[in-house]
Amino acid sequence: MSFKIASSPHGHSQHSTSSMMRWVCYALVPGVLIQSYFFGFGVWFQIILAVITALLAESACIIARDRPAMSALRDNTALVTAILLAISIPPLAPWWIIVIGTLFAIVVVKHVYGGMGQNLFNPAMAGYVLLLISFPVQMTNWLPPSTIGEHSLTLWQTLHTILFEYTPAGYSVEQLRAGIDGVTMATPLDAIKTGLTQGFTLTEVYTKPQFSFLAGAGWQWVNLGFLVGGLLLIQQRIISWHIPVGLIAGLCVPAFFAYLFAPDLMAGPIVHALSGATMLGAFFIATDPVSAATSNRGRFIFGMLIGVLVFIIRSWGGYPDGVAFAVLLANMCVPIIDRYTRPTVYGHGERK
Amino acid sequence: MSHSDSNTIYVSSNVSGHFPGGIHPPERKTPACNKPIRSLPLPDELILPVRQHIGPSGNLLVEPGQSVDKGQQLTEASLSLGLPLHAPTSGVIHAIEERPTAHASGLPELTIVIRPDGEDRWGNKHAIPDYREVEVSRLLELIQQAGIAGLGGAGFPTAQKLAQQKPLRHLIINGVECEPYIAADDGLMQEYAEDIIAGVKILQYITHCDSVLFAIENNKPKAIDAIRAAIGDDSQIALKVVPTKYPSGGEKQLIELLTGEQVPSGKLPMDIGFLMQNVGTAYAVKRAIIHGEPLLERVVTMTGDAIAKKRNVWALLGTPIEHLLKESEFTAETKQRVIMGGPMMGFTLPSIEVPVIKTTNCILAPTEEELPAPGPELACIRCGACADACPATLQPQQLQLLAKAKDYDALDEQNLFDCIECGACAYVCPSEIPLVHYYRKAKAEIRNIAREKAKAEHARQRFEARQERLEREKEERLERHRKAAEARKKAQAEKAETPGSDTKEKPESGGKSAAVAAAIARAKAKKAAQAQKADEESSSAKGNES
Repeated sequence: MSFKIASSPHGHSQHSTSSMMRWVCYALVPGVLIQSYFFGFGVWFQIILAVITALLAESACIIARDRPAMSALRDNTALVTAILLAISIPPLAPWWIIVIGTLFAIVVVKHVYGGMGQNLFNPAMAGYVLLLISFPVQMTNWLPPSTIGEHSLTLWQTLHTILFEYTPAGYSVEQLRAGIDGVTMATPLDAIKTGLTQGFTLTEVYTKPQFSFLAGAGWQWVNLGFLVGGLLLIQQRIISWHIPVGLIAGLCVPAFFAYLFAPDLMAGPIVHALSGATMLGAFFIATDPVSAATSNRGRFIFGMLIGVLVFIIRSWGGYPDGVAFAVLLANMCVPIIDRYTRPTVYGHGERK
Repeated sequence: MSHSDSNTIYVSSNVSGHFPGGIHPPERKTPACNKPIRSLPLPDELILPVRQHIGPSGNLLVEPGQSVDKGQQLTEASLSLGLPLHAPTSGVIHAIEERPTAHASGLPELTIVIRPDGEDRWGNKHAIPDYREVEVSRLLELIQQAGIAGLGGAGFPTAQKLAQQKPLRHLIINGVECEPYIAADDGLMQEYAEDIIAGVKILQYITHCDSVLFAIENNKPKAIDAIRAAIGDDSQIALKVVPTKYPSGGEKQLIELLTGEQVPSGKLPMDIGFLMQNVGTAYAVKRAIIHGEPLLERVVTMTGDAIAKKRNVWALLGTPIEHLLKESEFTAETKQRVIMGGPMMGFTLPSIEVPVIKTTNCILAPTEEELPAPGPELACIRCGACADACPATLQPQQLQLLAKAKDYDALDEQNLFDCIECGACAYVCPSEIPLVHYYRKAKAEIRNIAREKAKAEHARQRFEARQERLEREKEERLERHRKAAEARKKAQAEKAETPGSDTKEKPESGGKSAAVAAAIARAKAKKAAQAQKADEESSSAKGNES
């Protein structure tokens, strides 16, 4: 009989990194389903393209770095990065957009910094920002949700548009975005930004078809879908509540007061909470453990910082949304947050 | 709730009842804690390492071939922290030799091997039915002579712990057996509650403490009932039922749980007025004082799916684990692990020929399916699960990175040495990083560095002292020479002034010629002395020959 020598503890909880990442994928399902209902099959093509690119890039990097490939691929982190990036970009963006973004996220943001666990920035958001800065036109071509849009593309039309940038009938995405009155249908956050610069009050902007009873048409449901998935992650103890709650508070509390003081100029907390990438960011992006703060207090501060930054960028910045920028800026602050939120070690505190 | 007794306090409903972190691993205690504690047939051999506790080992009192009675002293404690060892049964000393012992390293230690004669014949017992007639110092001496070390795990000599004279606020009795699987204290409390409380009262008498907090985890209802019944209406003993969470039974965590206070880093519970004793220790104290029986046996939980008869057994100290396993119908798989202690803090045995010692509370033989061996270590994703689980509010993920980077200063700054190695962090780590292993290694390396530093410092001091001495000696030599030269000069000067001397006629050149003459005279005298010495030696040599 041979005896195996092992270090204590000899038991282990059921959560593994790969199962945690798998849970993140499951939790994305409601949001992604709603998103594909409102914004078409493009979401699925983008996800497929991103996943293929990510797995190939991950394998290549691991082989180049001489690491065991299977255990790294099985940890599912590349998968999560790919999906998060794919659902952040416009569903009809040309294929090379998602390929470039995913390659950048995996190769540069993740592996150049030392691979899993070592990246300073959230790979999906760094990839997104790269794309947004480099290809602003393609990255802002969101179709209006199917409920108010004139065109609803079939599977084949969608694929054709992603591959060749035109529908089989020869329409560009820009043309597809035209609404009933021939005016380009911007996203709700876009519409607020442009409307305000054109001197409209928010009440007037809200009468546009992009808006519905809560926030943006379609967008509010997508956000609610990600909220449901996020609550599932908290219930499964995959993430703690501190980052999402911090983020939503950081965004909505200032938004609430701003709305009180200038209801015609500042979007209210509900519009902020259910527009753009708020819920996706709060539950799925800011909660990336590698690039977030680690203590619970630190996590709350980290989340709040993102929320406040999103509020500032949306209200006064040059971009309509700002979740990606806010996350990256907060990533940079993580070391200092961690430094000052380290809890007092047992026996080192003041005697009660 | 039916528990209306005034002295039962449910800590879960109490504000102070909290410590941070902790985990809830599956308990798996049921098979062992529901059965009575069994005694086993004697093994062929009892293997008794002479050192079974923290502190130095005692001096041998027996030799091979000698017959011993049950309870007969085998070693004598030499130093303050030492403890004697006793024969667990009657028999013959078979050997005194180095054998592998129950330690993670498996290194051999000096061991007394007894072949039992099967008669289990007691030697003399000095029972003290009424300890109140005896002085405290005498009771401490008896506890020490009974060889009692803390039965909870660390094995600190009990009498020494009790003897520390500091004002005590609470005596805490630890019945919080929080590791999964282990049910030894649970079983003991269920069946020997009266004896434990009798032991507690002796401990109370020794420490002059009028407040006892008896803590039990709420997953041991039978033990709680038994202890509550044994306490009866004793108003000085409060039964505190604490929530089930690992590691509530850790000394520092239990203190925080019961009182809301923390033991300052580097201090002992005693320093803030607490003294903690395990229930097994209280039982052993009762046996030692009231029955005059030294510590010869203890309850050991035999558990794990590779064992068919999962239960608590009374095991004589020195019983080979192999014997316990055989009596418990153990079937090994390939690569079987046998763990001494629980799954959280126990260590895998290098061989099953090692014996039960005073701190052995559990033998766990899990199947691979039951406690899978850890998978490959993945990269840390900074998820912070470890920090959430850490009862000492350390940052395990940081410590792990620093330990890998061998950044010992930063490890010290992040209080590595406050880690109690409970294993909660490694248990929850999704990347299966053996965190505790890294901390142990880093701690050992830091201790080594400190030792090397001390050694180098010592060598430096010695070197400097030597240099200084050489310098001093050189100066002293020079000083002597200078004084001698001065003395000579003075002498000559005096000589020159003396009237009627040889050099009187030539006072000018007298100094020189006188020195020459003196030198010649000295040389002659030396030669003569040597010749005389040689003569003496040769004559004595001849004398020896004859």
